[in-house]
Amino acid sequence: MALQGLSFSIQRGESVAIIGPNGAGKSTLLLHLNGILRGEGPIRIFGLPLEERTLREIRRKVGVVFQDPDDQLFLTSVAQDVAFGPSNMGLSKPEIEERVREALAAVGMSGFQDRSTHLLSFGEKKRVATATVLAMWPDILVLDEPTSNLDPKARRQLINILANLPVTKIIVTHDLPVAYEMCNRAIILSKGRIAADGPIEEVLTDQDLLEANDLELPYGFAIPPAGIPGWSGTSRTRSLSRDAEDELTEHVAGLNHLVGDPRL
Amino acid sequence: MISEYLTEKEHPAGPLQRLDPRAKIIGLISFTVVVVSTPARAIWVFAVYAAVVTFLIGLSRLRVGYVLRRALVVVPFVIVVAIFLPFFGRSGSGGYSLGISHMSAGGLLVLWNVGAKAILGVLSMILLASTTPFPDMLAGFRRLRVPQVFVLVVSFMYRYSFVFAEELRRMQRAVAARNFRGRWLWNVPILGRVLGSLFLRSYSRGERIYVAMISRGYEGTIGLSSPAVFGWSEALFLGLLIAVAVAVRVVASV
Ligand SMILES: Nc1ncnc2c1ncn2[C@@H]1O[C@H](COP(=O)(O)OP(=O)(O)OP(=O)(O)O)[C@@H](O)[C@H]1O
Ligand SMILES: [Mg+2]
Repeated sequence: MALQGLSFSIQRGESVAIIGPNGAGKSTLLLHLNGILRGEGPIRIFGLPLEERTLREIRRKVGVVFQDPDDQLFLTSVAQDVAFGPSNMGLSKPEIEERVREALAAVGMSGFQDRSTHLLSFGEKKRVATATVLAMWPDILVLDEPTSNLDPKARRQLINILANLPVTKIIVTHDLPVAYEMCNRAIILSKGRIAADGPIEEVLTDQDLLEANDLELPYGFAIPPAGIPGWSGTSRTRSLSRDAEDELTEHVAGLNHLVGDPRL
Repeated sequence: MISEYLTEKEHPAGPLQRLDPRAKIIGLISFTVVVVSTPARAIWVFAVYAAVVTFLIGLSRLRVGYVLRRALVVVPFVIVVAIFLPFFGRSGSGGYSLGISHMSAGGLLVLWNVGAKAILGVLSMILLASTTPFPDMLAGFRRLRVPQVFVLVVSFMYRYSFVFAEELRRMQRAVAARNFRGRWLWNVPILGRVLGSLFLRSYSRGERIYVAMISRGYEGTIGLSSPAVFGWSEALFLGLLIAVAVAVRVVASV
């Protein structure tokens, strides 16, 4: 049993980072969120109990982007793969095409429609894998190490895209700065148990807690104290350069359609 | 070798490239069937077939060197036939045996038969594969009502042979980096373990892929879409190709 006695609830619109050392059970936890694995205790997603009857609905609402994009992209062309989720939802052809276009634009991969998946670079695969889930307009986006192996620019882009997606997010990552930038709450998982759960500033500034759980902020990275002008607590995409900001608005424009649910 | 089939070939634009994959699949497979069913003695008929294939290759602007290189796959096959020919020729009912001669005329006819048909068949398939991107071809097969299971198996093989080749290469490197040289007989178990581990990795990879698929709502069917339509140019291509092949074939057998 890799996980024991986990219990937490996440509010709509929250962004939660799940952090923890290798083998802590993070990926295993994600597999419970859409009912691939079932534990003993009850799991409720949007008030729906997770059981056979609700599985279909829950898998539509919970979009999981897995750690290895080669697992996610199994069809031969990019467009086919992004279309896979929407077509499983029974959408019409024009709707599917529209979603494929939007999702690829959202991750900055427009124009890659007809490329073979196996020839993409790792970072490109990672972005397309994210698009395959975005195309389903999930209510909760679950990402397993979204920024691992990305070059700094691709990492920056993906962070910007994700940070501005107005959906509930659960992000598993070893990249603590990323967690800080994208999330407002952190859960530390260690040896299959929850070691901490709280506002991200508190968790990431607790040196003893991090050390006890084999975590460490990168050298030179400091969490700015609250209240400095320009570092507003609500928007976490602070330190963007000028053109990064342009890029950001462009992506946000591409994503307006992706906001399926005005409640979020 | 494998990687050559797996890299994105540049598809030079041409009339054949624009056709609906279904027309090319039906046309070139029927053509091959007609070729294979032609009696070997009608040599001029094969010349016509060769002319047709050459014309189509020219039409789709494939590079000659590229086509020839890929056509080399028939060579081992023909060599095997050539080695076993003396046995064929003697006991066969060909009736052209020259007695003392090691290689009978009947045997030579067999060689010609196998060689000519193999090369024409291979050229047709090269033509099909080089003018049709792989995903389109799969979608074409799917639209021709080939059962989904077969299409998916081929699709997965195509998609993941690359991943597995890469995985094997990484393991080989990892083994070599720790100074392993598979030169001696007692090294064989290690190589066996490398293969075993490749199998296990592939197996759990398969599991993870399936999990990722059901996470996106997979319920047993996959729609492979392609925008192709069966129009006049498809009808023209299919009609002409099959008409020429069948006509020549019929004349050959009377
Ligand atoms: N199929 C399995 N069978 C048995 N044990 C498994 C299986 N999959 C994972 N484990 C074990 O469960 C534990 C948790 O694995 P998990 O993949 O969830 O870790 P993780 O927190 O995602 O680590 P990482 O940061 O390295 O991705 C590990 O000790 C792992 O060895
Ligand atoms: Mg993991």
